[in-house]
Amino acid sequence: MNRFILPIGAFALLVVVLAIGIQRAPSKSIIPSALLDKPAPQFVLPELGSPDLNFDSKSLSGRWWMLNVWGTWCVECRAEHDMLLAIRRSGVAPLIGLNWKDEDPAALEWLAQLGNPYERVAADREGRVAIDWGVYGAPETFLINPAGLVAYKHVGPMSEEVWQKEFLSRLPPADAPAIMPVPAPTPSAGSSPAVPAT
Amino acid sequence: MTLMMFRRLHVYALALMLGVFCANLARAVDPVELSDPQLQQRYWDLSHELRCMQCQNQSIADSPVGLAGDLRREVRELLLAGKTDQEIRDHLVARYGDFILFRPQFSARNAWLWLAPLALFLIGLVVAIRVIRGRAQLVTEGRDEDPEDRPLSEQRRPGPSA
Repeated sequence: MNRFILPIGAFALLVVVLAIGIQRAPSKSIIPSALLDKPAPQFVLPELGSPDLNFDSKSLSGRWWMLNVWGTWCVECRAEHDMLLAIRRSGVAPLIGLNWKDEDPAALEWLAQLGNPYERVAADREGRVAIDWGVYGAPETFLINPAGLVAYKHVGPMSEEVWQKEFLSRLPPADAPAIMPVPAPTPSAGSSPAVPAT
Repeated sequence: MTLMMFRRLHVYALALMLGVFCANLARAVDPVELSDPQLQQRYWDLSHELRCMQCQNQSIADSPVGLAGDLRREVRELLLAGKTDQEIRDHLVARYGDFILFRPQFSARNAWLWLAPLALFLIGLVVAIRVIRGRAQLVTEGRDEDPEDRPLSEQRRPGPSA
């Protein structure tokens, strides 16, 4: 009987290992960010709609903020848009848009039609900043902590569940900072939701 | 020429046409060529071993996707800036992780993956040697079978009972 223990044990181990592999398989198409717990890449980009105005990511250092990568060519970005608007209304942390490989008129029209969930929108026309951030498909949403480290990255449309589970749980609960005083008005002020004044 | 052979020729011809078509398609993906032939060779090699993160089973050299084009531009610029192949790989791994490499590198994190086959081979070798030695011993002792394989009634009296 003894001689069967080893093969059966090895087989059982293999079953366990493969079962875990299968269980985790669906998440394999989503690649975890290489930037987790590493400094978020700094960047300066022109603001959407106003090329002479620059957005500097340093302006947000010392606070929690989020970067949402989007484009008007991105179907799933439309799907998450209402959620982004709700996040802006909640005022938990500033949401910065990175308009990725898009065109200003199309992007501005998008924001005018659907509402503007962003504090500021940086226009990454050549996709260089996106590469620095390891972006491989829109939408992606990064959470950056006050130390300037990437705390989390979500790939795919933002949902209520992801927001609660992955973002709100990491953000400080009590002294959640109010939305930053907007240094420059966002380009398409027309339909943007109310901003709580601070 | 039988009908079967004729049909087979058809298939070959079709395959050839498809091959030529695809080869042209692949070439059309990346029209850029660097003036320095040595750099061009390194560019070709590098861009074929970097994964297109959007399509995942194509290299950035084979993919017409926008991001692949951006990554090719990144590789070209780093090459022209005089970076080594390893520096360029590290540059992209820092942003996209090991997944961007089709030929993963040895690191502390994946060491077990690299070493597991060797460990399994050694375990197999040890087991094989022990089994072979055990069998050989049985033969020298004049027994050609394991006592456990015998009927229970005989197991009480080990050894040849002639």
